[in-house]
Parts: sequence; C-alpha cells; structure tokens
Amino acid sequence: MDVSYRWLEACAAGPIGTPQEVEERLAARGFPLESVTDLSAGLGDLVVGRVEAVAPHPNADRLSVCHVEAGTGAVQVICGAPNVAAGRCYPFAPVGARLPGGLRIRRVKIRGERSNGMLCSEAELDLGPDADGILALDGNPEPGEPLTGVLGLDDLRFDVEVTPNRPDLLSHLGLARELAAGGDADVRPPPVPGSSAGIRAALGAVAAVTGPRETSGGGVTVRIEDGRLCHRYLALRLSGVRVGRSPAWLEQRLRAAGARPINNVVDATNYVLLELGHPLHAFDLDLIPERTVVVRCARRAEGIETLDRVRRNLAPDMLAISGPRAPIAVAGVIGGADTEVSDRTTEVLLECALFDAASVRTTRKALGLSTDASYRFERGVDPEGLGRAVMRAAEVILATAGGEVAGPLLDTCARPFRRERIRLRPARVEQLLGVAFGPGEIGALLGPLGLPVREGDAGSLTVEVPGFRCHDLTREADLIEEVARTHGYDSFPDRLGAFRPGTVPDHPQFALEDAVRDVLTGAGLLEAQVPAFTSSRHGTVEISNPVSAEEAFLRGTLLPGLVACLERNLRRGNRNVRLFEIGTVFLPGEPGALPVEWTHVAAILHGMREPPHWSRPEEPLDLWDVKGILERLAGVVASGRSWKLGSPSGPDAAGLCCPEAAFALFDARGTGVPWGVGGRILGEHVDLPKWGGDVWGIELALPGEAGPRPVPLFRALPTYPPVERDLALLLPEEIPAEAALAVIRTKGGRHLREIEVFDLYRGDELPAGSRSVAVRTRFRAADRTLKDDEVDASIGRITRALEEELGVRRRTGAG
Amino acid sequence: MADSGSSLVAELGRLEAEGLRAVGAAGTAAELEEVRVRFLGRRDGRLSQLLRRVGGLHPAERPRVGSAANRVKGRFRTALADRRRAFEAQPRAVASPTDLTLPSRPSWTGGRHPVTRVIDDLVAIFRSLGFTLVRGPEAETEWYNFEALNTPLNHPAADVQDTLYLKAGHLLRSHTSPVQVRTLEHYRPPIRVLAPGMVYRRDSYDATHTPAFMQLEGLAVDEGISFVDLKATLSEFARRFWGPGTRVRFRPSFFPFTEPSAEVDVKRVYRSAGGEEAETGWIEIMGAGMVDPAVLEASGVDPERYTGFAFGMGPGRIGLLRYGIPDLRLLFENDVRFLSQFA
Repeated sequence: MDVSYRWLEACAAGPIGTPQEVEERLAARGFPLESVTDLSAGLGDLVVGRVEAVAPHPNADRLSVCHVEAGTGAVQVICGAPNVAAGRCYPFAPVGARLPGGLRIRRVKIRGERSNGMLCSEAELDLGPDADGILALDGNPEPGEPLTGVLGLDDLRFDVEVTPNRPDLLSHLGLARELAAGGDADVRPPPVPGSSAGIRAALGAVAAVTGPRETSGGGVTVRIEDGRLCHRYLALRLSGVRVGRSPAWLEQRLRAAGARPINNVVDATNYVLLELGHPLHAFDLDLIPERTVVVRCARRAEGIETLDRVRRNLAPDMLAISGPRAPIAVAGVIGGADTEVSDRTTEVLLECALFDAASVRTTRKALGLSTDASYRFERGVDPEGLGRAVMRAAEVILATAGGEVAGPLLDTCARPFRRERIRLRPARVEQLLGVAFGPGEIGALLGPLGLPVREGDAGSLTVEVPGFRCHDLTREADLIEEVARTHGYDSFPDRLGAFRPGTVPDHPQFALEDAVRDVLTGAGLLEAQVPAFTSSRHGTVEISNPVSAEEAFLRGTLLPGLVACLERNLRRGNRNVRLFEIGTVFLPGEPGALPVEWTHVAAILHGMREPPHWSRPEEPLDLWDVKGILERLAGVVASGRSWKLGSPSGPDAAGLCCPEAAFALFDARGTGVPWGVGGRILGEHVDLPKWGGDVWGIELALPGEAGPRPVPLFRALPTYPPVERDLALLLPEEIPAEAALAVIRTKGGRHLREIEVFDLYRGDELPAGSRSVAVRTRFRAADRTLKDDEVDASIGRITRALEEELGVRRRTGAG
Repeated sequence: MADSGSSLVAELGRLEAEGLRAVGAAGTAAELEEVRVRFLGRRDGRLSQLLRRVGGLHPAERPRVGSAANRVKGRFRTALADRRRAFEAQPRAVASPTDLTLPSRPSWTGGRHPVTRVIDDLVAIFRSLGFTLVRGPEAETEWYNFEALNTPLNHPAADVQDTLYLKAGHLLRSHTSPVQVRTLEHYRPPIRVLAPGMVYRRDSYDATHTPAFMQLEGLAVDEGISFVDLKATLSEFARRFWGPGTRVRFRPSFFPFTEPSAEVDVKRVYRSAGGEEAETGWIEIMGAGMVDPAVLEASGVDPERYTGFAFGMGPGRIGLLRYGIPDLRLLFENDVRFLSQFA
C-alpha cells in the first residue's frame, strides 16, 4: 500500500515522529516498508517565480518576454505558454537548475532576446499530463520559495507491506491508528481544505431513511435483492455538482499515495478510499434509469461495459449493481461506463456499501482484474465505517465541486453488524505465550487498540471487537497474538527449557540419499540442482498455469535436465563436467489422485578421467568408469537386496543411451523394468561443440520404500595364505566374459574366494575371432594352507567345464 | 648333487620372485628387455637353463616341475607385458625424484551442492535439539497446501504465494508446511520434526526468485510448548549457526497457519579484517510462529492440550548470505566452476 507521510501526519492528533521512526515502528509491529520514494526528487532546484510583466516577443508571434521575480531580483525570461499572465506565480527554473528529466537550464538567446531561466508546465515537472500551459500556482506563494513546499511535494511515499489479515491498515487513518499510542482516540481525518462550517452543518443535518431491503427518498430508490452478498448499501444524492479538475491539494494527496487524479468527484471517492479505507462509487444519477438501484446477482447472459472500456460478461454468481433492467456496476469491483461521472454530470449518486468478501473475490478473479476497491472488499472493510466514509466523500465533493445534498441518506441494511465478544482466558494466554499476564495487564495492552476488556465469568475476560478489527480478531488465539504483539516480541525471554524427544522416526530416504551423495562425490562428481520443470518432450504431468511452454510440464526423468546443464557448461568452455542430481520425477497418477513421485539419481560425465598431470597421459572417461559408478550406486541403492547388471534390450525409457555401450540394472531375477541405466548418451540428444567427446549418463530410481540401511556383518580375517592361479582363456568374441566367469565361480569349489580379470589381449598370434582374457583366481581355506594339488584339481574342473560348456580353451603357457 | 622334483620347484619359486622383482625395478623399456632376456632368453635365459635340468629327473616327477615352470613363465610374461604397457603409456621422461616442487598428482574433487551443504548444517543443529527428518509429496492437494493450514481458498492469504496448479487437478506445494499436517495426522505428540524439500511458486527467474527452491520446515508440538520455547529454540539455533555473538530479533508478522506469527532476523557479529568487532545489518532468515489451533484441530490434535511452534526457512537464501553468492540463479545453473567452489 502506497502511503503519503504527510497525509499520515495529518491524520494523527499528535506528532508521529520522523520518517525513520515511522518506518521502524511500522516494521516492529509487523509492517515493514518495501520502499520509500522522495516525492520532491528532481525538483530541488525549482522555486516560485512571479511574473511581474509580460510583453510580446518582438520577433516571434507565440512567445512572450516576461520579467520574473524569483527572490533575487527580476530577470528576463522568454515563455511560449499561452496562459502566462502578469501577477501570477509559476514554477520557475533559474539558470543552472536541473529539471526532473535531467535538462539543465542555461542562459540562452531566443530569437534575439535573452532568456534567464524557464517557467515550467506540469508535464515538464513530471507532475501531470498538462503540457499546454505553464502551471499556475494557487494561493499567494512568496517568490523564491522552494516549489516543493508550495506544492506539498516535500513528502515521502512509503510502500507499506500490509499482511492480508489486516485490511484495516489499507488506509492512512488505519496506519495512523496502528502507529498512535492511544489507538483510535489519537487519530481523526484532517480538515478538508475549502470546506466550511456551512457544508459541515448541512451534512450534519442530513436525515437517514433506513430499511432492511428497500429505501427511497429524494427521488431515488435502492433495493437489495441479495442480502447474503450485500449486507448494507448507503446512497446519497448530490445535486448541482460542477465536475472539473480537482484543486492542487487533492491531486497532490492522490499522487503522493500513488493514485491518478481524474476529476473532482471521482477524486473525492478515491481520496476517501485512501484515507478511510472504504471503497465508494459515484454514479451520474441522471444516467440511471428511473433513478432506481437494485443490488442483485447478474442474470444469465447479462453483460456490462466497465469503466476500463471493456465489455464483460457476467455470471449468475456475480453480484451486480443494477438499474431497473441492466447492470450499472460490478459490485465491489468496478463501475459501468454507462453511468460514469463526466464533465456533463450535475447529479451524483454516491454509493458506499458492504459486500460479501468471498463473492467480490470470486467475481474479480473470474473477471481477471483487481481494483483498489476489490482489493479492500475481499480482505474486509470496516462495517461500522460506511456512514463516515460517505459523508466524508460528500464533504470533499461539496468543497471542491460545489452542489448540495439532495434528499436523505438512504441506508438499506439487509444484515446489521453486531460486535463480537470474545472470551479470553489469562491461563490460555500463559499456556501459549509462556509468560503470565494478569487481567489488568491484558486490559492495558488491548485497550489502546480499541479493544475494551471486561471481566467475564470464571476468571476469564471478555473482549469486544470493533468493526475495523472484526475480520482478523475472531478467536481467542487472535487476541493472544495482540497481547504478544503489543507487549513486544523482544520483551519475551528466550531461555532454552527442557523438551521431550519426538516420537517420529527419521524417514529412511534421507540416509539413502546421503549414502548416494557420498558415493558420487567420492567418485569426483559435483551435485547439481535442477528445477523440475520441462517441456512436453520430457514430462507427462502438465501444469495448468505455467510461466512458459518450456516449463509447462514436470519431468519424468532427470537426465534431460542434466544434459542441458552439460551443454551450458560446454558452451562456457568447461570441458570436464561430472554432475549428478538427486531429484523428484513425476508420473500421472490415477484419475483424481496425486501424481506418482519417484526420487531418482542421475549423473552425467564428459571429459577426462583424471585431471591433467605431468606424470601421465590424458585419457577420456569410458564405459568402464560408468559401469563402476553404476555398480557402486547399485550397491547403495539396492539396500542389501540383490541386483544384476545386464544389457538393455533397447534404448532405455528416456531414449538417451546407446544400446551398444550401455548397461541396465535389473532386479535380482534380471527381468522386469530396469531400475536404472547407464551408458553413452546418443549424439542426437546432446548439442556438442566440435571438440566435444563422448557423453556418459546414468539414471536410476531410488526404492520407493527405502528400508533401513543394511548393517555390514563381520567375517573372520583369513589366517592362512591364499594360493593364486592365473588362467589365460581364449575366449571367442561371441562369448561374453561374464559367461566364463560364471563357470569359474560355480566350478571353483568352496575355496575359490576371488577372481579378477587382469588382462585383456587381442593379437595376430591368437586364433581369429578370439581374444585372450587373463583371470587370476585366488583360493583359500579357512582352516589350513591349501595344497597345490587341491587347487590344481579345482583348476582342472574349471578348465574342463569351460571347454565342455563354452568351448573355451586355455592359452598354453608356451603359446 | 642330483636334482629332485621338489628342489627344482623350490628353485623355480625363488627364480620367479627374483625375476618379478627385476621386472618391477626396470626403469626403462631397454632395461626391461634386458631382464626378459636374462630370465626368459631361449638359449641363456635362467628359466631355460633350469628347465634343461628337468631331463635329469625321474619321469614321474617331470610333469609337476613342467607345469610349475609354465606357471612361472606365464606370470613372467604377464608381468613383463604389464610393465611394458606402463612404459608405453608413459613415454615422457620421469622427472628427477628430487624435484619436490613439481605439482602433486591430482584427482577430481566431487562435492555437495551449496544448498545441500546448508541443509546439512541446519539439520545437524536441529538434530542436536531433538528434531528428526520427515518428508512429504511435492505435488499436493489444496487441502494440505491451504485449507488444513487455516488458509481458506476464498481468502486473499491464499494468493500470497502464487501457486502452480496441475492440469489433472491438485497443485505443486508452495511451501513445506503441508508436511506439518501430514506428520500431525500420523504421529502423536511429542513431535519434533524437520521437513526439507523442494517447493514451487509461479515466479520468473531473477536474482532473488526462482520458480522452485528448497525450503526447510520445522515443527514442535507437545504439552507446554510456548512462545518462549519458540524464541529460545530459534535463538539457540541462530547462535550455533551464525556464531555465539549473533543477535536475534523477532518481528510480528502474519501466516495463516501460525499465531502469533513472527519474522526472525539475525545480526551477525564478526571480526573485521582490521581486528575490530563489526556487525552486519539485520538479515531476514525465517518465518515462524505458534501453530494455529485451527491447524492442530484440522490434523486431529486437541489444541487445548497441545501447543507447538513451527518455522520455515530458505536454505538457498541462507546459502547466498553464507557464501556471498550474489544471485539465486547461480544455484540452478550448475556451472562446474561454481559448484567446485563448494566441493
């Protein structure tokens, strides 16, 4: 909410303190300032200049030669404005002054005549749209006086962050009340310039006609048909109004609070909205058929052209202010163009009503607009403030546009407001706040806020809530917060007391994710975080209100996001990229149910296996690095369950891997959907620079229901030495190494402990289509040293089985 | 002295050990070739010489020695091949071992994301204050994200966080607070939990906003928990995280699901480069408050008996302050030069 410091000051009975003090006090009460704008910025060099004499320019028809007094002796100034008049005062920029746009005034000759400064228009000073003439200053300001003081521009605009629970602070009076020590008693609306005792007396004498559904008087009829959505409707007729531009003080007030002046009648309603927080609307009464206002829900297929010149269709759940036939305004949101106040208006009907907050909210959302009025209505306006608001608006109109009140105040009240009385137990205050407050203390804290506290039954208190707080103070807890806020949060102790440990166990997935992080950071990978948004290419769960089409879906897989990260890194010249991410992927759920979420871990690698060093050649990462990481990950993710690596039958779900150079991780049976994949990412999925190398990717799902992390079990350390035997196998290319290793494992007997593939060799001396795979076997018995012939027997069994089952022979030592 | 099978096998063993040592000690490819000739040379190699003596053995003993000799020969060959490959892979001259100023052999350093690091640090502190870790879904219902948190959908408070909705219904959680309700539904007090997780808002990327970011939620519910406990716990946390001299300020605020509600600010006290004590300005670090009775009620917990406090903070924002990162977007760019700084 934009607030003028001077206006705030004017609403307070006493001093409100310096701007800094106001800022600090508001922040301490929970309403920090988003920004502070100095309204005099850029106008510091301007002063009041009085034109002493005007003469036509000898060499130009449209220019005049003026003598301007600006406190330092009259100077000659050339002026092009048609409205310059001797004896009047105008904003004056002397030689050397700088205008808000940055222009510096210099001594110049215009058509042969010297000009020592510039008389300025509103537009030139950024004060308004008028560029046709110079800005005539009202009153009788002193030449040479700073312009900002004369125009009321020595002001600051505060942008106060008002929380949605406090609609009473969406006004200058409300904020002044929050700031004042004495609350409501210390604030009052400031006098209206141009008003008079006569105007105030006339307003004081206005009679009210009341009725629950319908009222009429002064030729006007008001009827509430929907008392659920419109609780109360005040209407006041003003006659003989002369619509025109508002006086400077009014325009300045509005501008200081961030509003745009329109005309004196509309400005008056906006002024009251900003000052008292109550939205009002002014109709041109002559344009309302039969001078009859009906508050009802819109009918099917009804529409209205609103003040913003947009034709809008209304729905039957929208409340409309209507004439006898067609809507003339959307209740609480925006007025209609047909009944708009214009230069020709003389009869004004002022509306000040109380509409249902939720209804205004639904309507303005459906219409896709938010106005100052709807903003306040949907948060809640003061149900006790309607009368004051409509009379205040009438006073401003009578003071600035003339006219008179015609007829009574029509007060149609379908649902009268009653103040709530809330029970407040001092024991409950202590239970929640941890500090005991006696009834007297509570009364002293709440009283100044306008919350009278009375003794109730059984040691409890009763607090009466006035209209301006009826929206946020509805329960005991709300009052306890006021006690704490007024007492001051800083006044509460912060001594750490005893606590009971909770009953909630850790969710096991956190430990699993941590273990995964350890594996991958240990393997030299950096953790990335990628937002879950993606395009339709990589996701199926769609967002209905996305910021852009590129972010309209939730990812179903992590690798595409990491590919994008890799590409960004490569574009920036980072060649060695090893990233991983642990994140959520989304799949559509059952109809009506939430989407299915899985936590995945994915990694992407590109570049060299190790950082460059003088002692070794550079080698790029390859499939075996990826397989190693995949195996280590599988060991962690499987959480003690079995897993098996195999070749994917085709490209994986994400379509990213190259099947010829990829592994998949299956469940123990080696069937079903793989848990994850790892391998070379196909070139078509990565935008690589010319110097780019192979890109390796891994993605796997963490188990949905992670069990506890498995506990390693101790095995006795061997006391007897192992016996090693190396087998050099001639393996035909079509037989996978794993097949041979499986035979060795099963035939090696119980003493075979470890096997390692320590060499792979291809060469011309080997039979065509074969390679030599060197396997080291290690045998050990737990209770004795194995004898050579025992091991030889095992090797013999292995050799025979290899030969029989796979047709694989050993390479002879001499070969 | 006549050879026996056993003595020859034993000699083979010694020969193997000696030979493998020699292979390992060979510093150049030429030296390695010398070793090969010395041990495996067809004519004068020591293995050939030894094998010539097999002929003097009893025929029954010959196969045993022969197979042992073959094993030795196989291992020699493998060792020679390994060593040769090592030389080939390392064609450049090995530097003088005495030049200790040459750079050491590096390896890639992995590391956790800076936001993960912050969460780890935060969690460690709250763990020592008795909190455990829970989680909840990122796609949520309106009930858990708003209504159960005392935020009616037709109230403007529901607009404060611009929420992303899903086409098939439901929404992306705009805060981690739904986990409060889910936890209260499943467990009985005393409850002390933390819920770190990703949350989503309909924001565009700029220096201080991203449409997704991590949040850390905390909740403590038990008999006798008061506003004093809230202040004490969060002040203690702040002093452990930012240092013992840290000042903590609680300002009134509004969240629909807590009452009273507070914004928590800290002011860090540190030693400047010159050694004198300096302090930062007030830095907003989290929102907090006493759990609103309506939230307890919606979760099936008796608000007259149990009270509690809740808090929520942004580890990303805290990371920015902690590490001096100027722009939230850096956290999502995943530039390895950035991430390496935290490895």
